[in-house]
Amino acid sequence: MNKILEKEFITSDVFRMRVEAPEIARKRKAGQFIILRTCDEGERIPLTIADANAEEGWLELVVQIVGKTTKALSLLEAGDSLCDLVGPLGRPTHIELYGTVVIIGGGIGIAPSYPIVQAMKAAGNHMISILGGRTKELVIMEDKMRATSDRVVITTDDGTYGMKGLVTDALQRLIDEGVKIDLVVAIGPPIMMKFVSLMTKKYDIPTLVSLNTIMVDGTGMCGACRVSVGGETKFVCVDGPEFDGHKVDFDEMMKRLRMYEEHEKESMERFASK
Amino acid sequence: MSEKEVAASGAVEIMEEKELTPKERLKIPPVKMPEQDPKERIRNVNEVPYGYDEELAKTEAMRCLQCKKAPCIKGCPVEIDIPAFVQFILEGKYRESINKIKETNILPAVCGRVCPQEEQCQMVCIVGKSLKSVEEAVQIGKLERFAADWEMEQGEVEMPEIKPPTGKKVAIVGSGPAGLTVAADVRKEGHEVTIFEALHKPGGVLMYGIPEFRLPKAIVMREVENLQKMGVDLRTNMVIGKIYSIDELFEEEYDAVFVGTGAGQPLFMRIPGENLNGVYSANEYLTRANLMQAYSFPETDTPIARSKNVAVFGGGNVAMDAARTALRLGADNVYLVYRRSRKEMPARIEEIEHAEEEGVQFYLLQNPVRFIGDEDGWVTAIECIKMELGEPDESGRRRPIPIKGSEFKIEVDTCIVAIGNASNPLVPNTTPDIATNKWGNVVADSETLKTSKEGVFAGGDIVLGAATVILAMGQGRKAAVAINEYLKTGEW
Repeated sequence: MNKILEKEFITSDVFRMRVEAPEIARKRKAGQFIILRTCDEGERIPLTIADANAEEGWLELVVQIVGKTTKALSLLEAGDSLCDLVGPLGRPTHIELYGTVVIIGGGIGIAPSYPIVQAMKAAGNHMISILGGRTKELVIMEDKMRATSDRVVITTDDGTYGMKGLVTDALQRLIDEGVKIDLVVAIGPPIMMKFVSLMTKKYDIPTLVSLNTIMVDGTGMCGACRVSVGGETKFVCVDGPEFDGHKVDFDEMMKRLRMYEEHEKESMERFASK
Repeated sequence: MSEKEVAASGAVEIMEEKELTPKERLKIPPVKMPEQDPKERIRNVNEVPYGYDEELAKTEAMRCLQCKKAPCIKGCPVEIDIPAFVQFILEGKYRESINKIKETNILPAVCGRVCPQEEQCQMVCIVGKSLKSVEEAVQIGKLERFAADWEMEQGEVEMPEIKPPTGKKVAIVGSGPAGLTVAADVRKEGHEVTIFEALHKPGGVLMYGIPEFRLPKAIVMREVENLQKMGVDLRTNMVIGKIYSIDELFEEEYDAVFVGTGAGQPLFMRIPGENLNGVYSANEYLTRANLMQAYSFPETDTPIARSKNVAVFGGGNVAMDAARTALRLGADNVYLVYRRSRKEMPARIEEIEHAEEEGVQFYLLQNPVRFIGDEDGWVTAIECIKMELGEPDESGRRRPIPIKGSEFKIEVDTCIVAIGNASNPLVPNTTPDIATNKWGNVVADSETLKTSKEGVFAGGDIVLGAATVILAMGQGRKAAVAINEYLKTGEW
């Protein structure tokens, strides 16, 4: 049983949750994720790790309410417990001294970017962070990102904060400025990762993307999370979650993410009516 | 007296009259187990066979010749004293019967249901041999199930004696049939035992793979609870290879480690369109249905496809399980596509028959060549090709050869790939000093189950490749003997 230590809403549908998990907190590395269940009838959902503290024994999750399980999770309070929590899962980000690394976090994708920025910075990289959101309130974790990055660029679709436009516009600007980028790490909505990858491919900049697909067990047992990478089928849970963005078939992945759209809607409506 | 009591006393009377001669025993036809009607059962997930009552069990037990040599014992991977437990049933001594079974088998309620007895104890049974049909053999599995179910109905399960604490600690990775068996046998010696399970519920394939209608999950949970009552510590949600490596388990002061992580890596066919929506591995389909109880959606949260036309690929027990699960989830048509003929199907006869009775349509000597999808990425059809059988291959079965130009399409909305599993790579990948073979299976001594790494034993599907529950348990028993010996002598 993993106790919830803190919960706060960052926006109306995004919340931060600190959970007691001493073993995972000690072991997890940047880029890894967890799977949790909120109740005994519950489904297993994968969530990225936004932060962790090995000494104090906690993990932090930043979650967007998108369906029944995330809604149910958002209703839990400090003092409540999760039904199940397993991790760390997936391969850690490969950290080394690349030179200049641009990390692009889109919306909720900013959360898992943070441990990667920390690790990349610690390895001596010059870190530029591009944080994008639809609107100002969706640009989360700005303070933490500023504290660990050498430079932060913020974009919003509606121009309510930072530069008006998409993260790819900010990336284009960096490239136009003549910044020599050795690696791009993009985490966010699939469509964002797709367009970042298309842009970096043009400029031949190595690019990692972190995929958040449908999963069940998260240990390589079911194949629900399979994606095509360079024409080969990979399992996001054990072969990823990070892959070469230039090789991922994003269109297939986006279709696969919609596999249970009807079920998800039904489940959510049923939950809301209770 | 109720009807049943009258019948039961009748059976006892026959027995008491006089000892039956072998000839008389051979004349008793095998006793069938009553089953749910196929039309009824495809609308529920309840177990298909109801089990024997006392009368039926005693009648079946009467068929046993009590052979001195008892080839059935050698036919059993855990060497249950079969004539002895059968005789106890005949005498109505059910407690003695189940205790006899449990001397060597800690999961009788499970094995009585899912063991391929027709290839083991019942294959060598003298009754079957005399009657020249393995189907006429003593129904040992059904009797085992009867004894195990009887004990559970009593509500009190006798705990084995646990020897005084030795101060030694054993880590067991995986709570499937191999791991559970090792846990029991090592715990009895007085060692501390911790089982690490990756999923949120214990039981491994018994829980996620084998469907409720073949093996009720309550039975698995009860067996695990019994182990916990024996003092075995169970830690779910622990993925060894991620949260701790094997070396870290030794640093945590475990003295020996047993790896029983199974063959959980699904194989796909590597044909075009395999990542279309609606195409599942059997592992995923069954895990959603069984472990996650997707058959109760939306009361439970895990979704599964609502299918009209389902194609299942493969001819093993897992394929039968997937096909029968699809029917129960409401599919109108379930096609089982297998590239060889019925004779080569690796599934148990009982499973094949059950699937057929329930309306699974067999497409034999046919093989899928590609999946066809719509623009939204959903599978809409499969293209298959007809096959003919050629010369026997390495497996001894006749090799299927495609017949040119025989391609045809079947309209489907769901496909389930059940062509087998590879061993789970998580532990071997993170423990390079555990040797594996070319299929990725852990190499272990066939008698001691010792791996190439000192203190590490392995058994079940991680060693055997995808095999059976009872073979995993057989390896578990051998491994436990070797672990107990290793902990006593310290000699590797």
